Amino acid sequence: MSSEGAPHFSSRDAVVCRGVGKTWAAGTKRAHNALTDIDLDVAPGEFVVFLGPSGCGKSTLLYLIAGLEDATEGQLWSFGDLVETPSPQRSLIFQETSLFPWLTVWENVSFGLSIRGASKEERRTVAAEALQRVGLKAAMDKRPDELSGGMRQRVAVARALAMRPKVLLMDEPFAALDVQTRARMQDFLLDVWRDSGASVLFVTHHIDEAVALADRVVVFTSRPGRIKTIVPIDMPRPRNLFSREAETLRIQLTDLLRDEVDRAFAEQEALTATA
Amino acid sequence: MAVVARDSEPGAAAGASRPAAASRLMASMAGLDWLAKIWWTCLSISLFAGLWELCWALGWADEKLLPPPHIFLSNIAEQGRYFNTATRWQVGQSMTEGPSAFESVLITGAATTARVFVGLILASVLAIGVGVLVRYYRFFDRLVLPTITLLSPVSPIAWLPVAIFLFGIGNAPAIFMVVVALFFHMVLATINQIDTVNTNLINVARTMGASKAQIYARVIVPAILPGMLQVLRMNLFGAWMVVLVAESTGVGYGMGQVIMLARNTFNPSLVFFTIAVIGVLGFTFDWLLRLAQRRILYWLPDTAERLRVL
Ligand SMILES: Nc1ncnc2c1ncn2[C@@H]1O[C@H](COP(=O)(O)OP(=O)(O)O)[C@@H](O)[C@H]1O
Ligand SMILES: [Mg+2]
Repeated sequence: MSSEGAPHFSSRDAVVCRGVGKTWAAGTKRAHNALTDIDLDVAPGEFVVFLGPSGCGKSTLLYLIAGLEDATEGQLWSFGDLVETPSPQRSLIFQETSLFPWLTVWENVSFGLSIRGASKEERRTVAAEALQRVGLKAAMDKRPDELSGGMRQRVAVARALAMRPKVLLMDEPFAALDVQTRARMQDFLLDVWRDSGASVLFVTHHIDEAVALADRVVVFTSRPGRIKTIVPIDMPRPRNLFSREAETLRIQLTDLLRDEVDRAFAEQEALTATA
Repeated sequence: MAVVARDSEPGAAAGASRPAAASRLMASMAGLDWLAKIWWTCLSISLFAGLWELCWALGWADEKLLPPPHIFLSNIAEQGRYFNTATRWQVGQSMTEGPSAFESVLITGAATTARVFVGLILASVLAIGVGVLVRYYRFFDRLVLPTITLLSPVSPIAWLPVAIFLFGIGNAPAIFMVVVALFFHMVLATINQIDTVNTNLINVARTMGASKAQIYARVIVPAILPGMLQVLRMNLFGAWMVVLVAESTGVGYGMGQVIMLARNTFNPSLVFFTIAVIGVLGFTFDWLLRLAQRRILYWLPDTAERLRVL
């Protein structure tokens, strides 16, 4: 894909996608077009939420931006550099806890530094600082399985922050948490985001979450995933989620999403009917 | 296996933090727990022995063929003479000289245990090494895996002549038998463990700039360790079985040889006595391995209690 040599895109945007698509298992019988024709620009420090029915390729796009998978169409840039491999500048946080169970909390947080061969004191200092930011400094020497789900996700955020990323990629990070914890985690994330100045790309299928967090909501169509519309949200923060404005947004997003879910269902029914 | 199962548990992330309270409770009960375990082990064995004795008392079990425990355990001094025959039956040495009967049993048991232990360690190190290399280097995979898969269904019995051709008699052929019986399966098990490592863990390391070697050393190997120790424990008993076969067919002396001796001299008491000794040794070995497992895998919760609530 990137055989044309030097990147010819000079925007300093945090993420730039041009004509990006992904076909899984390309060239085989099981080839499956998950994502196509994605054009997207994310400004530095912007909070962008990906909203779409499940299976529409949101995670796939996040993987492409992270550099964990190669795009089969188009190209991606981050701060002017072509995305070809994973980079510590772009940290990924997953839905299920992805902490290393054999390491303590602080060792998890400083894993990236230990990869670079940092000394123990340096690692502990950086870990303490990052854990301080997520309010879990006291849990430094605990093991992941001694923590609750919400705490584990905060540790995962601290681990990402310790790399001082410019882009935080979050794949339904709070989906496994209960409603109250999730609301708290959203506030917490907004604080972290403000402090770090990083761009956040956040995947969810919860409309409430999108309204609570996003500067812009990217709504996806289903199968293959395309960008259907981008809905800007310019409500001031902290947001009153019970305001008329928030309600209007929720209704708008629900309508957009319902079309897609309906379409996905119809497709599935057609598939099972022919099978 | 254990790691993978835990990580894919959908509730795991949402679950409340109970371990702290649970471990405190466990700690206060630990002393009792230990006693209870011994009590149940004794009860289990007594029940089995009791049934056997009952059959004997009722006249169903002929004591010439199936001597009950109180008979085959009563004359250890007599049985012990058949152990460690290598030194006892040397030319110019009287049958009554040399180590005592009890010492002989110990020496023979230790020799067999040592072979199992060395074989197990060698097989594990080789298998994990080869398994990791297979996944690490694509060409190694293509070059080696077909042969390993081809050889893994071969019964250890078929390797016996090879052991004798290559190593004659003594420790080496017995250890070779243990290694060859475990190696191929353990390579395949290692590969399987590697393939089921949670992708998220690997991807986290990748985004942090870890090299391939670092990912293997710091993510994949620790992640497969619980599963590998499990595999090792499963194979421990296999190692015990194979070592007996090796020893009984003349490639060495040891517990297997005593069994063969008992068979040839038609001595059921000796057979059962030896079986009892092997059982105790295997049991102890497994117990030690479980202890080590808990030490090495400090981060895994005790999952044995999971199904108790049903
Ligand atoms: N590693 C993979 N290999 C093959 N197909 C995949 C892989 N990951 C995702 N897919 C497929 O791509 C499509 C989009 O998946 P995904 O990006 O996970 O959707 P979402 O995150 O929006 O729910 C799905 O049909 C899924 O089956
Ligand atoms: Mg997804």
